[in-house]
Amino acid sequence: MPVRSALQIKTLVLLVPIVVFASAGNVLLGKGMKQIGEARAWSPPALAALFERAFSSPWVWLGIGSLLIFLASFMLVLSWADYSFVAPAAAVSYALAPLLSHWWLGEVVTPVRWVGVAVICLGVALITRTPARTTGFE
Amino acid sequence: MRTPLCLLLVILGSTGGEVAVTHAMKQIGEVHNFSPRALLVFLIRALKQKWFWAGLGLLALGFFSLLTLLTWADVSLVIPATALSFVVGGLAAKLFLGERLVPMRWAGIALVSIGVALVAMG
Repeated sequence: MPVRSALQIKTLVLLVPIVVFASAGNVLLGKGMKQIGEARAWSPPALAALFERAFSSPWVWLGIGSLLIFLASFMLVLSWADYSFVAPAAAVSYALAPLLSHWWLGEVVTPVRWVGVAVICLGVALITRTPARTTGFE
Repeated sequence: MRTPLCLLLVILGSTGGEVAVTHAMKQIGEVHNFSPRALLVFLIRALKQKWFWAGLGLLALGFFSLLTLLTWADVSLVIPATALSFVVGGLAAKLFLGERLVPMRWAGIALVSIGVALVAMG
């Protein structure tokens, strides 16, 4: 086990809100949009009505709020950490998404998805063992 | 023809946008102080960066290309293809941001791409 530097720990800590709010944002938006119902017409008035219903849903607003917190945390961590570290490490949210939709929305997770979840976790484990920052030391 | 073209816009828009935002954040430099006031100052400085807005424009292009693509293409095709954006992002980080990607990071990126594709297809 390599000794983790302060920078490494700081990066990993900031990954928590990134992952939590990206996943929560997508699940909340999905919940809100599903309550609104499927878009069946694509005329401008129909789309306007759809947007109006979307923005009157508290779930949609909670989703947007979560995604804004995600974006702010993402920007903050990129002020010091490598993009090639943060972006794939944050992909652990793709592993969390099936878990959250399974628990909260009762969606069925297929075996292929569970394998995908495991492969993502393995990949993220490898990435977090590389140095979080490789630029800007000159 | 329109599907690969639109997919290219999705990947280049989202990855290019994030790389541009990263460049902007590196101009600001490492944040050491996490008080609410310092974070506000950081956000204001971020909004003043040209590269931040360029990145936001590219992210919007990628997002609307994705929405357009999804009006005719199946999600189970689109998301696995966008999983490639982690590999494209790695290359862009090396080329444009000068990041040094050790083999273990490339291996992790490859696994993440495969895993995201599997989750999307499953």
